[in-house]
Amino acid sequence: MTDSTKKDIAISVRDIRKEFILPQSKNSSFKQSFVNIVKKNNKVTQKVLDGVSFDVHKGDFFGIVGRNGSGKSTLLKMLAGVYTPTAGEIQVNGGLTPFIELGVGFNPELSGRDNVYLNGALLGFNRNQMDEMYYEIVSFAELEPFMDQKLKNYSSGMQVRLAFSIAIMAKNEVLIFDEVLAVGDEAFQRKCLDVFERYKAEGQTVILVTHDMEQVRRFCTRAILISDGKLIKDGDPREIADLYSKLNLEQISKESGRSLDGDQQDSDFVTELTAEGDLFNLTSGANLKLNLKWNASMKADKIVVNLFKNTGEYIVGLAIPRERLLSGEVTLSLSPRLGMGKHLFTIEAYGKESGLIGGIHHAAEFTIGNTDIDGIGGWSGLLALDHNWS
Amino acid sequence: MSMKYLHSRNRAILREMVSTDFKVRYQGSVLGYFWSLLKPLFLFAILYVVFTYIIPLGKDVEHFSVYLLTGIVLWNFFTEATMQGASSVVARGDLIRKISIPRYLVVMASSLSALINLGLSLVVVFIFALLNGITPSFTWLLILPIVLELYVLSLGVSFLLASLYVKFRDITYIWEIVLQAGFYASAIIFPLTMVPAEFHKWFFMNPIVQIIQDARWAIATDTSITIWSTISSWPVVIPFVIVITAAVIGYAHFKKRSPYFAEDI
Repeated sequence: MTDSTKKDIAISVRDIRKEFILPQSKNSSFKQSFVNIVKKNNKVTQKVLDGVSFDVHKGDFFGIVGRNGSGKSTLLKMLAGVYTPTAGEIQVNGGLTPFIELGVGFNPELSGRDNVYLNGALLGFNRNQMDEMYYEIVSFAELEPFMDQKLKNYSSGMQVRLAFSIAIMAKNEVLIFDEVLAVGDEAFQRKCLDVFERYKAEGQTVILVTHDMEQVRRFCTRAILISDGKLIKDGDPREIADLYSKLNLEQISKESGRSLDGDQQDSDFVTELTAEGDLFNLTSGANLKLNLKWNASMKADKIVVNLFKNTGEYIVGLAIPRERLLSGEVTLSLSPRLGMGKHLFTIEAYGKESGLIGGIHHAAEFTIGNTDIDGIGGWSGLLALDHNWS
Repeated sequence: MSMKYLHSRNRAILREMVSTDFKVRYQGSVLGYFWSLLKPLFLFAILYVVFTYIIPLGKDVEHFSVYLLTGIVLWNFFTEATMQGASSVVARGDLIRKISIPRYLVVMASSLSALINLGLSLVVVFIFALLNGITPSFTWLLILPIVLELYVLSLGVSFLLASLYVKFRDITYIWEIVLQAGFYASAIIFPLTMVPAEFHKWFFMNPIVQIIQDARWAIATDTSITIWSTISSWPVVIPFVIVITAAVIGYAHFKKRSPYFAEDI
């Protein structure tokens, strides 16, 4: 490795392993310690991470993706220095601010104001620095009238807003966010996404752990997929997101004993695609209607319809409006001016905190066989855009 | 640069943790921080009545009430600092599991809260001493190195107990019993003159006895027996060696275990 590439590395992780001693064999009392001394080798260990290596480069918006229990939270805690690896090495160049959870150290008995200072100190700010940022934090959180009230009187949404507003003040070389957007109302989530947008534009190194593949596709410049403590893939975030969705849906269909691909009869989703013209030989810009019915009792917090080209390019992800989620049926009408070739729709449903809870990896497909559009001459690519020449 | 940053960061954390401690402790009480002064004041008043009129143990000791209060204040500090120190890491488990602040800050914060309380109690002791007709003297300043020695001992014991408590929760019950016994073995509510003279040198091997007797000599009465008037050869250093050893072993064990606190809690 040359010096110049070494300098560009923010975090280097080499073959880390982590084992936990399972709680039932913990020496937490006399009796248990005694039992453990008598029965030697009673220790039950659980391998949570098994030889993971990767580098995070400076300026990366780095996604860590994996199902619950895959080991990604443990990995994150080791990056943050909370856990010590059983073996392997982690090197962090520069300061690192971990938000394993927002609002660490928040005390419900203290006022909002006191909590801002307390949380700020834990993120590395002294009192003077906090005095300077205080107004900005409070106004971003939109909580000016509530700062002298005790935190226990805040709603959970207000607490998260306050915590996030402090967190984004952190100015360290590396920022780590763990599922921070799982809470908060839609308006605030949009605000948070703007902050991520800004980080990305500024070239801030960010590590993002999330279940939401839309965020991965939108923000990440690189991502890794972790499953059962092993690194499955390291690379392009879109590929990672697709692979994750695919693995996840396979897993879900395996667990529920039904196939999500092809046979839709038993699925929570039923889709029907109609178009003006032959689905296998459409013209760009033709009207498409995707009728989607789903089991409303699955309590999805978000359902996304994704459009892909069959060569893997992700064209667009459209979230079903929130107010329609309980209805169990929508029709999506669109007339995309797509390029030549086969395209397909996938559906992903997310629970409030549980990540992907269902979907169809291959909901419907169609083929564009003709790209002659009125007013646009020869063109190629994924999508025709409005334009003019002068 | 990074060292300086680290220090200012740690100071900020300590400050916020200690102030949180105080704010939460007096949350919702009308007199609030005043209780930090009122509590020792009322304790003194009760002890004064009991040991002057009901059980006059110290009738031979000059300014016995001040003598008694000095001992009790220092002992209470030792109890408060080590008991809170022992559970500090587990009590702050929410922080330890989620953020990688230096672990020793948690123990330091709890011992500093106790130290602030000791400072307030000592103010009351000095007021009491003046009311008792004791003339202020430069020996009162000796309370500073004496408190420092006691603080180092408490911190060392706290580090050891705090790291043991993470995995072994019985330790606080054991320590409570040790403290109960220590209260009587450290000649706190009775004058050391009640113990036969040949045992004095054994009592002084206990650093707490050495510390409290020195403090009594410095504040209340120069008739108080001290290690300096009891032992004249090298064993006089033993209590100090014990204090330093406790601090070194306590911190070393804490340092060795602290990388695993997050997963063990």
